[in-house]
Formats: sequence, C-alpha cells, structure tokens
Amino acid sequence: MTIAAETRTLTMAGAINEALDEALAADPRVFLLGEDLADPAGGVSGVTSGLSTKYGRDRVLDTPISEAAIAGAAIGAAIEGRLPVAEIMIMDFITIALDQIVNVAAKARFMSAGRTGCPMTVRTASFGGLGSGATHSQSLEAWFMHVPGIKVVVPSTPADAKGLLTAAIFDPDPCLFLETVALYGTRGEVPSGTHVVEIGQADVKRSGSDVSIVCYGRAVVDALQAAEELAAEGMEAEVVDLRTLVPLDIDTVLESVGRTRRAVVAHYSVEFAGPGAEIAAQINSRLFGRLAAPVQRVGARFRPIPSARALEAAVFPNAHLIAEAARRATGSPP
Amino acid sequence: MTTTEAAAQSAEDLARDLYTKMTLAQACDERLRQGIARGEFAITIWPSRGQEAIAAGLGAALRTDDRLVTTYRGLHDMIGKGVPLEELLGEVLGRAVGAGRGKGGTMHITCPEVGVMLTTGIVGAGVPVAVGLALAARQQGSDRVVAVCFGDGATNTGSFHEGMNLAATWQLPVIFVCQNNLFAEMTPIGDTMHIERVADRALAHGMPGHRIDGNDPEAVYQAVSEAAEQGRAGEGPTFLECVTFRFKGHYMGDPQHYMPPEQLAAAEAADPIPRYRQKLIEAALLSAADADEIEQQAAAAVEAALKEVLSAPEPDGRELDVDFFADMKGIPA
Repeated sequence: MTIAAETRTLTMAGAINEALDEALAADPRVFLLGEDLADPAGGVSGVTSGLSTKYGRDRVLDTPISEAAIAGAAIGAAIEGRLPVAEIMIMDFITIALDQIVNVAAKARFMSAGRTGCPMTVRTASFGGLGSGATHSQSLEAWFMHVPGIKVVVPSTPADAKGLLTAAIFDPDPCLFLETVALYGTRGEVPSGTHVVEIGQADVKRSGSDVSIVCYGRAVVDALQAAEELAAEGMEAEVVDLRTLVPLDIDTVLESVGRTRRAVVAHYSVEFAGPGAEIAAQINSRLFGRLAAPVQRVGARFRPIPSARALEAAVFPNAHLIAEAARRATGSPP
Repeated sequence: MTTTEAAAQSAEDLARDLYTKMTLAQACDERLRQGIARGEFAITIWPSRGQEAIAAGLGAALRTDDRLVTTYRGLHDMIGKGVPLEELLGEVLGRAVGAGRGKGGTMHITCPEVGVMLTTGIVGAGVPVAVGLALAARQQGSDRVVAVCFGDGATNTGSFHEGMNLAATWQLPVIFVCQNNLFAEMTPIGDTMHIERVADRALAHGMPGHRIDGNDPEAVYQAVSEAAEQGRAGEGPTFLECVTFRFKGHYMGDPQHYMPPEQLAAAEAADPIPRYRQKLIEAALLSAADADEIEQQAAAAVEAALKEVLSAPEPDGRELDVDFFADMKGIPA
C-alpha cells in the first residue's frame, strides 16, 4: 500500500465519496450513473452526496430503476473509451443487470480480440445485517468470480476502499466493486490526495504464527475480533485480507498458510460453493503435505437470508464462529 | 452538371450502392449455406436471406463513424456497414484472419473501424449497450449516431424496454431498427405479442415509431436518413419497424415445421432482391447488364474472400492468453 504523507480519519462511506470525487476531478472521461445518485438524495446511503452539485448532472447521472440499462449504458460508454462508474444500489438487484455484465462486459475484450475493451466499474453494496431479508442482503461475489473476465474487489477498510476504488475506475477492464453497508460507518486513517491500492494484492491485517484466517470484506472485521479472542487464549492468528478475489493473490495466502500450517477461510457469502471453496482447494492442493489440519471454512449458511434479527444472526458468520474454526484447525477444544 | 442531372446521378449512385450491398449480403449468406450443405465446413449460421434490403438501406444511410450494434442474424447488417468480407468470413469460419481471430464467432463480431462495436448472441442485449454508445457520442461532442438492430422477438424483453426508456429520457441519438421477420425464433409473432404494430411500442416511450416496408431498401434508406438527421441535431431517438421476412428459418438447417408453406411461398415470390432489380431496370437507373454484373461481382468477391479465409491458418492456441485481461497478473491459468 502507498502511504501518503498525510492521512485523516474518514468513514468508509466518506472514503468512497472521496475516491469518486478525486476521479471525477482528475479525468473528464469519468462519470457516475445509477439510481438516486444526484443531490439532494446523494445516493440511498449518501455515498455520492455532493458530487452532482460539484460536477453537474452531466457527470453524475440519475437513472430510472433499470439495472440492465444502467449496466448496458455504462458498458456502451466504456466501449467508447469513457470511464463509467455505475452504481447498482443493492447487490441483490444486480441479478437484473447480470446479462449485461456477464455476457457483454466480461467478454468484450476477448471476443473482439482486443479491438474493444470495457473499462467500467460497477459499484454495488451488500446490505446484509440490516434485517432487510432475503432479497436485500446477499453477497453474490462468487458468481462473478466464476465468470472469466471481471475483476472482483471487496474492501474492508476506508483506506483500502479509497485506494482500490481509484484503481478500479482507471483499470482497463470491468471491475465489480463490492461495498458493505454494515461497514460504511467504520472509521480509519485515509491518505489525502491520490491513493491507489493495486488490484490483486492481499494485505496482512494482523500478523500471527499459529493459524491464518483468510478473509475479505466484512469478515475481516470479524476475523480481527476473533484474533483478539484467540490471543487471550495464547493463540496468534494471522489475518490475511484478500481485498480482491479476481485476481486472487494466492501467493500471499500460501506464504502465510505455509508458515502457520493451519487455515480458516471466512466470508459472508454462502459457504457452500462459495469463494472459500476455491481458496481452500488451492491451499489443499499446494500445501497438502505441510498442512497440520484440514482447511476450515466459515460462511453464511445455505438458507435464504431471513429478516428477523435472531434468525439473520444465525445465518451469517461472526467473530465467535471464526474463532471456533481456528480452534478446530489448531486442535484446541473450545 | 445541372441540379437535375446531379440528382439523377445521385439517385443512380444510391441505387447501385443499395443493390450492391443487397447482392453481396445474399451471396455471402448463400455461399455459407452451400458450403455447410455440401460439407465444405462445419459451422452454424443464422441466415439473413430475405432481410437484405434493411441492411442495405441502413448501411447506405449511415456514416462510417456511425455505430452499429447487431445480432447473431446480422451478417447482412455488417456487410451493409462495410465490414471487410475476409474479417467477416474469417470469424464465421474460425480462422486467424477473422475479426476476432476466431475468439468471437458468428454471433460476436466487432469491427470498430467501420463502427460495428458489438454483436450479441443474447436477444435484446444490444439495446442498452447502444444507449451507452450514444451517451459516449454526446459526451465526446460527436454528432455520430448509433443504430441497433434486433428482431421482433427482442421487443418482448426487459432489456429492450429499459434501453428504449433511457434513450428517450436522455434524448440520445439512437436509431432502433426492428427487423420484424414475423417469427421470434420458431414462434409466429401473433403468439408472442398482443399488438398489431411493433412500432406502437415506441409510443409508450414517447419516441417516434414508424412502420416501413423493410423489403424496400430506399424506404429504409429514407427512414434511417431522417432518423439520423434527427439524432445528429440532438432531437433524440427513433424507432423503425422494418417489416420483412426470413426465408431460411431460425438457423441453418431449420426444417421450419412451424412455417405455413403458403406464407413462405408468398414471401419468396416477393423476394426483395429481384423486386428491387426489376424496379431499377424499369426506372432506368440500372441496365439488366449492370445488374448482372453487380450480382457476378458479389459472388466473385465472396468466393475470393472465402478462398483467402480457407487458406488462412486456424488461430494459435496462445490466443487464449491474449486480449483477456489487459494485465494477466494473478489471473487463473
């Protein structure tokens, strides 16, 4: 990570707003489009607040509730060399835009043999944890990992959010940038001025020698809590924040797990056939002889996400479940 | 030259251009079907035979820098827009000389040099992308327009209506070209929509919608020219329902069990190509000898391109690792 001389404390939402603001200021090709982005709404979560006032409604475009058209319009503009940042308000709504993202954006450069490209960024947000129920809470990033041609980026801190979003906007290929509403209020130090975090670089958020917790997005926050819990028991967990799922920085994962010989993979998307299955398979195939225990996985249960708080909490992972998985990996009984 | 003489000259040039485009599209489609039928190559195409007048009128009315988005049944459209035959046939036949060096195939041909920015295999998918292409034209201060072709079936998709609404709301220079061949894949239009005129769908989006004879290349040329002029002037999109017919079914080899024989016979009797030839000869815009020559040149051009394509190598296996992501670091093998 590039650390600028000066940092300030910003929320995750503020850091994302700053990345958009700086990109709009830096390059006339950048524009935003999506539902309710312009002021006074400034986005359903306020993330784009102030930007239409500053840059005008030609650069921050409010759209109809038409996710296929939002994605398609972004793709068409990107094919012409613009740098659109499309917002799909809530990740569940991306189902409506899937044909465009999967069948057009992901394949444009390949099928045209490089005669066109699609430098588009799709920002979307997982609303899990707010009790909104099964159609407003999902984390569907595994779908996009499974389609060759899309980069998948999931920040866990305000600084990473700013740096990764900036990288995504100026990336020559389509990027899915997945935000987490439950983290929008998280505060952290964020570099002032241009801040770019290279896509495809994992970040060790906490060092440890006993077990590696490989995670991304909201699960990083849980993993850091779990690491505190485990430290109290004398177990040192290393927390590897993947930050991007495609490209996947498997080298950093293998280096960590090669040292600790124990791994837990954690995420908020469904555990069954989730991103953790791929990561665990790669760890197993590359480190089979070195592992001291099978790779443990912690993800959402294989259920539609229920609305009632008590039920929703029983579906999603949390710090305690991650700590338990670490204890299983190390053979320490709970 | 007097104004009258110039007009006559220009009418003759247009007629020749339209007839050339139509016969080239016909020759290409027929030669591919012939090659498949006799086992010369094993590929699939979605024949456009019967719909050539639309492609000719559209291609003649648009500038080279105007954009075109079309579909898997779009070889005629691409010929009309000027995609070189070697690139077109090379892609259909999976050779290294193809527009996408064999990575796209018949359904996914791109040729930005003549404005073909996207060809889609998903019905309705091109419509929202065309809106974005037009948005970019406006952002870039260009007066180019975007034409997007699709069939009657596509007008039943959500993508179509989302794209129509957005183009109208933003008043973008898009020309929606519905090639209504009366069948959505294998189902007649009357079984898939409860309206008489597809053009009426434009009314729902506050957009001018015109139904025209899609088998008359001059009518298409005229309608597209007017829509383009409107788009260039910043006066928004137009929807054109070009009524036509599809002679060879949905895909090459389609037995067309669903097709009433009398309907097909009537359509073939009104084949737009001989019909236009006859009209030009009667109007003395083209002699029979000229028409023969244009037809022979079309067949010869297709034969020459095909020969070159068939002698070209198949794509190198390394193609799988180029033009995927710009930066391949960390991308799964």
